[in-house]
Amino acid sequence: MTRLRGPVDLLRWAANPTGTVFVLLAVIFAWIFVLNDAFFAGPSFMAFLKQAAPLMVLAAGQYFVIVSGNFDLSVGALVGAQVVIAARLIDGEESRTVPVLLVMVGFGLLVGLVNGLITTVLKVQSFITTLGMLLVLFGAIRLWTGGAPTGGLSESFRTAGRMGIEGVPVLGQIPWAVIIMVAVGAGAILLMRTGFGRILMASGDNERAAGLAGARVDAARIAAFLLSGLSATIAGILIGGYAGVSAQVGDGLEFTVITAVVLGGVVLGGGRGSVLAAMAGALAIEALFSLFNQMALPATLRPTVQGAIIIAAVAYAARRRARPGSTAPHVSATANPS
Amino acid sequence: MTAIATAWHRLTARLAALGTTALIYLALAGVLVLGGAAVAIDGADKGANLFATANLVDMLTRTSLTGFLAIGMTLVILCRSLDLSVGYTAALSSLVAATTMDGRPENIPVAIGAVLLVSGLIGAANGAIVAFLRVNPFIATLGTGLIIKGYLDTEYKGPAGDVPELFQQFGYTRIGFIPVSALVMLALAGAAVWFLRSTRTGHHMYAVGGDAEVARMSGIRTDRVLIAAHVLCAMCAGVAGLLLAARFGTGSAEAYTNLYELDAIAAVVLGGTLLLGGRGGVAGTVAGVAILAVLDTVFNVMQIDPFAKDVLRGAVIIAAVALYARRQLDRTAARPRFAAAEGKSR
Repeated sequence: MTRLRGPVDLLRWAANPTGTVFVLLAVIFAWIFVLNDAFFAGPSFMAFLKQAAPLMVLAAGQYFVIVSGNFDLSVGALVGAQVVIAARLIDGEESRTVPVLLVMVGFGLLVGLVNGLITTVLKVQSFITTLGMLLVLFGAIRLWTGGAPTGGLSESFRTAGRMGIEGVPVLGQIPWAVIIMVAVGAGAILLMRTGFGRILMASGDNERAAGLAGARVDAARIAAFLLSGLSATIAGILIGGYAGVSAQVGDGLEFTVITAVVLGGVVLGGGRGSVLAAMAGALAIEALFSLFNQMALPATLRPTVQGAIIIAAVAYAARRRARPGSTAPHVSATANPS
Repeated sequence: MTAIATAWHRLTARLAALGTTALIYLALAGVLVLGGAAVAIDGADKGANLFATANLVDMLTRTSLTGFLAIGMTLVILCRSLDLSVGYTAALSSLVAATTMDGRPENIPVAIGAVLLVSGLIGAANGAIVAFLRVNPFIATLGTGLIIKGYLDTEYKGPAGDVPELFQQFGYTRIGFIPVSALVMLALAGAAVWFLRSTRTGHHMYAVGGDAEVARMSGIRTDRVLIAAHVLCAMCAGVAGLLLAARFGTGSAEAYTNLYELDAIAAVVLGGTLLLGGRGGVAGTVAGVAILAVLDTVFNVMQIDPFAKDVLRGAVIIAAVALYARRQLDRTAARPRFAAAEGKSR
């Protein structure tokens, strides 16, 4: 992101694809403020952020995969799997919390590794790889639990998703989920500034050129899938703690998170976009859901409004991108990545 | 040893010379043989046979619904686009059909016309959003799918409309062991093959999918081609909706929960069409649909746990695509993309 020097720069920034999401976010927040200004009081806003944190963490993970030119459709199923695994293995025993957390991290990395290896070594398009992984995880978890998850989470496991630092002035409580989300975001931003981040970006932008320049494209892409698996694990821990055990928690999450990332101006197909904007896209989607609540919009009508807003926002960003004089027009704006 | 080595070498060389489509039909034959053997071994005491009439009927019945969706999906994927809204379009179409027919046989032609009109309009909207607003097709069609979902959830709390007996025949009648719906699907597939091979728009679809910019500079109106593909895809989904209505005897909004769109995409890719566009065809897609149908029937006959089915399905899809993905991609890398696309369309 460039430094802003004046109103003109600010306008230009707001008009570029990355800036669009922040404008959208501001509009949604303003609307919520008009309807109910109590929403922005410390405690209730922190509660909103706590709820939004898992999707933002997922968005950061998905960002790495998308920017390197792939898709990860398996994250929703992975989140569901992690919650079920945690409940089954912990089974209410406090002492098992830490070992099970390690098992979950291992499992998340394993799923990412398999996704990455199949995509890069076997050259299966990631859409198909991760779609297959979605089916495998979805079936395997229900097969393992016989349809309904069993066991229970321990109190300390649920701390991350539910609790926080109490007694903070103005804010009331700073949830651990928000701290974790901020840490993940900061880590992701720093990672994108390292050599690895540049290689990842280059791999998505022009695989061939990156390869010829000596970048290990496949290794970078596998690492992106590993990061996505890790983020799904963290999101699973947060969602499990916040919402409790259910095998359905992750259903459809993959489409929501990809939408969030694209809303943040990240181009499907890779090579463009910032991780901060991707996470802001996730925040915008959660804010949209909150707005629907404030408006008391009938639940059945929400998908329609959501769909229309997503198309409009992405179309607006795409129009700016295609304008001459801005950054190089992206020919494959209508392309879908492998 | 050397004789075996030479024979193996000759076999692999011959396989390499085969076209992708031929390879997929070979894979289909392999799945049939393996499936037949698995069923025979598993149910030896009961005398189970994958090729018994009841199982063949089951297999062919399964092909028709995914088939309609996958044929349309092939067209958009060839153009390097995607349609994630087909499941919702099919559900809406089934409702339009059932409510328009309303139990009266004389309304059938009007209902079919209404379904094709509504689904065609949805396709036109998808195409316009992708072509003119430059929204990524993944997001655009996910968005229109959500819009339709909201409409369905709001307007229809349960099944609606009534399909007359006469039209229900489309769902159940069969000639010998071949269901009429499967015959219609094959006829549509034949029409699509002809369309892609012999019409100007069909050739243009390969060109647009190969490289939209080169196609545009060669004088192709890429926007129109893209919209045409989306309209045809949505109309295929409309036909799938008609089949749903005929089978259920009523219109059902719940149909979209089955994630038909992912099945259709899996079938298209199994059929050798490149998700990146420009390569593939409907003949392969039909084989891809058949492979999925054979698998489902085999799992059914062997009474495999439905959850294990998902696991096996996912693994088979990945494995099958992995088998021919490598050589397919190597070929594209070997020559410039637009040459490949033009070679196809000639």
